[in-house]
Amino acid sequence: MDTTFTFAMADLGVLAPEILLLTMASLILVIDVYLPERMREFTFQLSQSTLIGAALLVFATYPTQSEVVMSGMYVNDAMGAVLKLFISLIVFMSFIYARSYLRARDLYKGEFFVLGLFATLGMFVMVSAHNLLMVYLGLELLSLSLYAMVAMHRDSANATEAAMKYFVLGALASGMLLYGMSILYGLTNSLDLSEILTAMQADSEQKMVMVFALVFIVIGLAFKLGAVPFHMWIPDVYQGAPTPVTLFISSAPKLAAFAIVMRLLVDGMAPLQDSWSGMLIILSVLSMIIGNVVAIAQTNLKRMLAYSTISHVGFLLLGVLTGTQSGYAASMFYTIVYTLMSMGGFAVILLLSRAGFEAEELDDLKGLYDRNSWYAAIMAILMLSMAGVPPMLGFWAKWAVLNQIVSAGLLWLAIVAVVFSVVGAFYYLRVLKLMYFDKPEDNTPIEAPLDMRLALSANGLAILALGLLPTPLMTLCFSVMGLS
Amino acid sequence: MQNIYLTIVLAPLIGAIVAGLFKVSRRVAHSVTITGVAISCLLSFYAFKHLIIDGGATFNETLYTWMVIGDVRFEVGFLVDNLTVIMMSVVSFVSLMVHVYTIGYMHDDPGYQRFFSYISLFTFSMLMLVMSNNFLQLFFGWEAVGLVSYLLIGFWYTRDTAIYANLKAFLVNRVGDFGFLLGIALVLMYFNSLNYAEVFGLAEEQAETVIQIIPGVDWSLMSVMCILLFIGAMGKSAQVPLHVWLPDSMEGPTPISALIHAATMVTAGIFMVARMSPLFELSETALSFILIIGSITALFMGFLGLVQNDIKRVVAYSTLSQLGYMTVALGASAYSAGIFHLFTHAFFKALLFLGAGSVIIAMHHEQDMRNMGGLRKYMPITYITGLIGSLALIGFPGFAGFYSKDAIIMAVGHAERFGSGFAYFALVLGVFITALYSFRMFFLVFHGKERMDHHTQEHLHETPAVVTVPLMLLAIPSILAGAIFVGPMLYQGLFDGAIFVHHEHNPFHADHYHGVVGFTLHGLMGLPFFLAMAGVATAYFLYMVRTDIPAKIQAKFAWLHQILIDKYGFDRFNEWFFAGGARKLGSTFWSVGDVKIIDDGMVNGSARVVAWYASIMRHLQTGYLYHYAFAMIIGLAVLLGVFVLSGTA
Repeated sequence: MDTTFTFAMADLGVLAPEILLLTMASLILVIDVYLPERMREFTFQLSQSTLIGAALLVFATYPTQSEVVMSGMYVNDAMGAVLKLFISLIVFMSFIYARSYLRARDLYKGEFFVLGLFATLGMFVMVSAHNLLMVYLGLELLSLSLYAMVAMHRDSANATEAAMKYFVLGALASGMLLYGMSILYGLTNSLDLSEILTAMQADSEQKMVMVFALVFIVIGLAFKLGAVPFHMWIPDVYQGAPTPVTLFISSAPKLAAFAIVMRLLVDGMAPLQDSWSGMLIILSVLSMIIGNVVAIAQTNLKRMLAYSTISHVGFLLLGVLTGTQSGYAASMFYTIVYTLMSMGGFAVILLLSRAGFEAEELDDLKGLYDRNSWYAAIMAILMLSMAGVPPMLGFWAKWAVLNQIVSAGLLWLAIVAVVFSVVGAFYYLRVLKLMYFDKPEDNTPIEAPLDMRLALSANGLAILALGLLPTPLMTLCFSVMGLS
Repeated sequence: MQNIYLTIVLAPLIGAIVAGLFKVSRRVAHSVTITGVAISCLLSFYAFKHLIIDGGATFNETLYTWMVIGDVRFEVGFLVDNLTVIMMSVVSFVSLMVHVYTIGYMHDDPGYQRFFSYISLFTFSMLMLVMSNNFLQLFFGWEAVGLVSYLLIGFWYTRDTAIYANLKAFLVNRVGDFGFLLGIALVLMYFNSLNYAEVFGLAEEQAETVIQIIPGVDWSLMSVMCILLFIGAMGKSAQVPLHVWLPDSMEGPTPISALIHAATMVTAGIFMVARMSPLFELSETALSFILIIGSITALFMGFLGLVQNDIKRVVAYSTLSQLGYMTVALGASAYSAGIFHLFTHAFFKALLFLGAGSVIIAMHHEQDMRNMGGLRKYMPITYITGLIGSLALIGFPGFAGFYSKDAIIMAVGHAERFGSGFAYFALVLGVFITALYSFRMFFLVFHGKERMDHHTQEHLHETPAVVTVPLMLLAIPSILAGAIFVGPMLYQGLFDGAIFVHHEHNPFHADHYHGVVGFTLHGLMGLPFFLAMAGVATAYFLYMVRTDIPAKIQAKFAWLHQILIDKYGFDRFNEWFFAGGARKLGSTFWSVGDVKIIDDGMVNGSARVVAWYASIMRHLQTGYLYHYAFAMIIGLAVLLGVFVLSGTA
């Protein structure tokens, strides 16, 4: 490598959010050890302040135009900044949702928040990576934190098994990704994404080897997203992990995964668009089919949402595979919408759970309307939105990506997507049926702390309100892709 | 003016909403709806003065754009010209009379508020229809009046006959509306616009266009379009063979029979054709078709009036026959005469219906004329207004119906169109029939022996003021409307700009007109007058002097009587062919298509496939780590195989 590293103090300003996250996460790790049990709340508050601070710093360094700093390691652009803001918001909400669940199970320890902050740091790095090494660094930081979070409930056999599976399969996927990256380095003699792009544009002779490398990279990405057939970890991990961890895994990391898809495939390997579009089509179709169909057979709510995630991944790939700026924007919109919905869905499970009782079976939703009509309504909004029923936000997300693939001339793909989202509507509507038309089996009143209730209500209402007025969020996604 | 026109339309709608959607008392229900319609009526009169007396400008503006698809705009807008304003005045005035009358007629009905809500809603819909400036809004009004008509025919929804009648009306109108919608679709297809002014402006260009619906057969676009539009009018204005719903619609309360099924809604088809005159004038074929359909209706429906014993049904068949007269006028290019007859007919027919209602109230909801008689001395106001209505209907000189009917007969006599000879014959003979059945009813009800039972007879008395005042108010235009408007409407170009007639088709030339008196005197010497008098005389002879003769005629011509009682078998045929056929077809589709193919095959079948597939896929999720890793490796192998190997080729 002949690049010489130059280091400008000014570049540090751009990295301020990451620096804050790193510093505070380390600090909280130390502080937490010395805190007495009754002051655990302090760790929570400190973590939340860190996230707010990071979000503010992202806002403060919001770039007017894309800038590459730290000798090409790090890019600060509008897409990255928006994704980071949403990551901060979603992690912030996840912490709120997690709190009472963890406290009731004697898991309310500093490690959840510290690991969460390190995972956030990993996501930030992924979002801003402009070098294969940075991509890998961020990915591993995120993954290792997640493995540990899944295993956090040491006494639970399910959780340990899930962590083990996740770890082994994750290592396999990382290995493949790394292998692809190393071939790429061998071909282009660089790790910098823009240099790789230039080298690819210059040299079209070695296309076959490049596609060979691309396959491995796409597999690494597909694993992180959870696209079929690299999805097998998702149901087991979602079910086995403690619900707050499932909520965490299912939401913010998808935004980071979307970011590295953009960084690697679009920023780094645009000349191979033919090939990666084809691969994504296969992954997307399989994901929509398997995700939606298998979800129908599930009786476990967490597993059902896991398959629902897989089908949503199929949908969000639709925009990317068009290979157009507006397609990327539609996918970004879809990803953001998906994370908001998924977070809300798992939050309802958390709401229904209490000490010694995991409300994770579909039957536990029976008669929710009789028990608490407000949260039944919130859950109904979330489910309708996931099914893509207007005027919920989820409808616009589906509309946006479908619109893009139809304009790209892939009508058959749009038809497949619509058919399988109709199939998928079955299991979302079944939730509604259980909540509204069945009698409750258990009449324990639903109790939750005020901040959780507010957060969940806001989450559900936001899905409805943004669905009624989808333009601002959609415009934001299109503008960060350089479209007006 | 825009705000005035909006108010005219919206005031009844607000009344309907208040009376219908909120639990209001009877008093509030009728006050609010009557106020709404009264506002409409007064403002319509104001608009009438503005346009016709002061010669104000025609209003044609779009108020709201509903949607834009491609370069086709779907809009809500008003076109208010002399034609519209006459329709508005008639509709709102008759509606107001019927609203007031309803207070008396529906006095004891539990559905009082609902009824007021419906008739106000009807007024709104009808005004939307006549004031529209485009085909879409016309269609909206068309369907909305149809809906209210359906609701009102079935107003007493616990009666099986009422439910049968409203279903029948609904289905028959569907046939008409289907043609109408196809006609509108053709308009949209060839003119790429739904706005009247734009379409009429372009009509001349398409006059020679031919289309091929069946390959190899050329049809004139204008003929197909106009006939399709007219099929809509046949449904709504009850022309043979789509007339079958109208007699049955008498199952509804009498006030709506007067308002909807005599004075206004059924004339929507006449109005529509007159409004579309720039299109219809381009198709000789369509006009002949209209002429023939109209004359069949005018004559043969009149015959049926002779054998009915239900007082409302006699008036209903008379309505059918008169609608036939209007239709004939359209077919003879005498659109203005058609509208003129519509205008006068609205008053005297509403008067006759409300008079019949008044009799029905007094008779405690007995409708069979064989059980009436001699009501003259108990109900003087109803008697006099009934006489005025009947004289207007048969076209006695000086009364409203005389001018309009004579004008139609004259126009048909001058027309040189295929079918006009038959039409002339039908109309002239129809005059005799009209006089015969009208005065048969009149004598049976008001004169002769008192045939009611003792109990009813004791309670006979004139109906309250809310009933008689509308009768008196309607009697005035029934006398005067003809003499006042014959000149302006027919000869002095009141409808210039609203109705278009080719010069050589125009039957009314100003130089043939020598004032009302001349017109009246001319009528006194005409054949129709003598036929009408003959009809009255025959009725007097048969039902007052020799009351035994009708029974003898009936016995002698039993087969003819049977045909008339059967209403020419239309109902029987429809019941057997369409209703029976549709039921048979439906049950075949149901047992084969729905149960076997859709339910078993598609719905349950796809559900079974999905469930089967899901259970298989579920088993692939074994929980074993090496299976998962294996799936990933297979994925890798497939992607490598597909993309790397195919990339080299």
